[in-house]
Amino acid sequence: MEKKNGLSTRSVVAVGIGTAVFIILFKFLAIPTGIANTQINVAQAWLSLIAAIFGPVVGGLVAFIGHALNDAISYGSIWWSWVIADGVFGVLIGLAGKYLHFADGNFTTRKIIGFNLAQLVSNIVAWLVVAPLGDILIYSEPAAKVFTQGAVSTLVNVISTAILGTAVLAIYNRTKVKKNSLEHEA
Amino acid sequence: MNHNIFGFHPGTTPIHQLTGTTKLIIFLSLTIFGSLSFDLRYLLLLSVVAIGALFVAKIKWTDVRVLVWLVIVFAILNLILIYVFAPQYGTHLFGSKTVLLGSGAYALTFEQLYYEIIVFTKYLFALPLALIFLMTTNPSEFSAGLNKIGISYRVAYAVALALRYIPDIQVEYQTISKVQQARGYDMSKNTSLWHRLKGAVGIMMPLMFTSLEQIDSVSRAMDLRRFGKRKRRTWYYAQKFKTLDWWAIALTSLLIGIELVLLLTNGSRFWYPFK
Repeated sequence: MEKKNGLSTRSVVAVGIGTAVFIILFKFLAIPTGIANTQINVAQAWLSLIAAIFGPVVGGLVAFIGHALNDAISYGSIWWSWVIADGVFGVLIGLAGKYLHFADGNFTTRKIIGFNLAQLVSNIVAWLVVAPLGDILIYSEPAAKVFTQGAVSTLVNVISTAILGTAVLAIYNRTKVKKNSLEHEA
Repeated sequence: MNHNIFGFHPGTTPIHQLTGTTKLIIFLSLTIFGSLSFDLRYLLLLSVVAIGALFVAKIKWTDVRVLVWLVIVFAILNLILIYVFAPQYGTHLFGSKTVLLGSGAYALTFEQLYYEIIVFTKYLFALPLALIFLMTTNPSEFSAGLNKIGISYRVAYAVALALRYIPDIQVEYQTISKVQQARGYDMSKNTSLWHRLKGAVGIMMPLMFTSLEQIDSVSRAMDLRRFGKRKRRTWYYAQKFKTLDWWAIALTSLLIGIELVLLLTNGSRFWYPFK
């Protein structure tokens, strides 16, 4: 297999189909929490899984393209600062997955804790740092407003990834054959 | 069932005849330069151009009605949020304070009003641009265009795949959702949050596994057809630039030129003549 020419075929397809699923989940499967304007975002859990399986490049691209396309379809304008923030989240979760192997068939308690720490940090970086800063730099919006919005979405995303992301990864891992599960018999 | 999530409508207007690449370049450059500018004159000029183009493209009100109302509600909500969290942001930006109404922290100032009008005009030009782009661009031309403006063909192909699979996955999603509802999964507000979560997982899991399988089979098929072995690829939907395209790009360059001149003469992104 040639690996020099950028993305592998599998990554290209993972980005394509991953983005399609991301957009459909984003548009159709948002769970109302009962608090106004606050929904549990199922798409973010799918993003964590895709990033954990296929790595940071695919994770970042799925989030970036998916968020941009979804913005264009649903709101008519692309809010670049949040698109970039989502991309950053995808890359960070993918990087964490690269070193902590969230999707190798053995999702131990340690990995569950590792995944949740990683998603906590990634969500904070993406929604409490990158997104508000982008809002201020690109759109020159008042800091008080964008940081409040950032804090609310960080909270919602951390909680929904903790519940749905962990569940999705756990179920995915149960379908995988564990590493080193075969024993050599003489 | 609506399979055409992007709302592309074939047509014969001059805007339909532009290549996907041209429309992509115009859409990206105008939205980027438009979001950089806080010059009311320039934003109004862009809005006039964008809304004029909406008529040239003969986009029907009934096709865009829902989206337009949604964006208006969203824009007003955003304006209210700005006012709630930073009622004196305008005075801070423009360095003067002209109270129009009321007193105290939430006094309505002319500067705040001016700032919020600028924010609103940003929606006024961005929405028509996006509508024109979405409704007159064939998705396949869009991916070919992405490659043409210098984005790696692998990424452009990934976008093409996404556009190709969105309708399929939408159908799949709806099927799974109905099946699970028939089995008693309830996602409405009538049940507890926990049940809603369980319902969501119940829909997501089958979708997740079929999609992962699809990734495997499609990438094997593409590998067998030697996808990605060369540095370049051609596109079935690749188009040649015509005179009309060059005119459109020239007009866009003119608009960008105006923006740059304004940036230089204003000395900042803002234009505030009332000091």
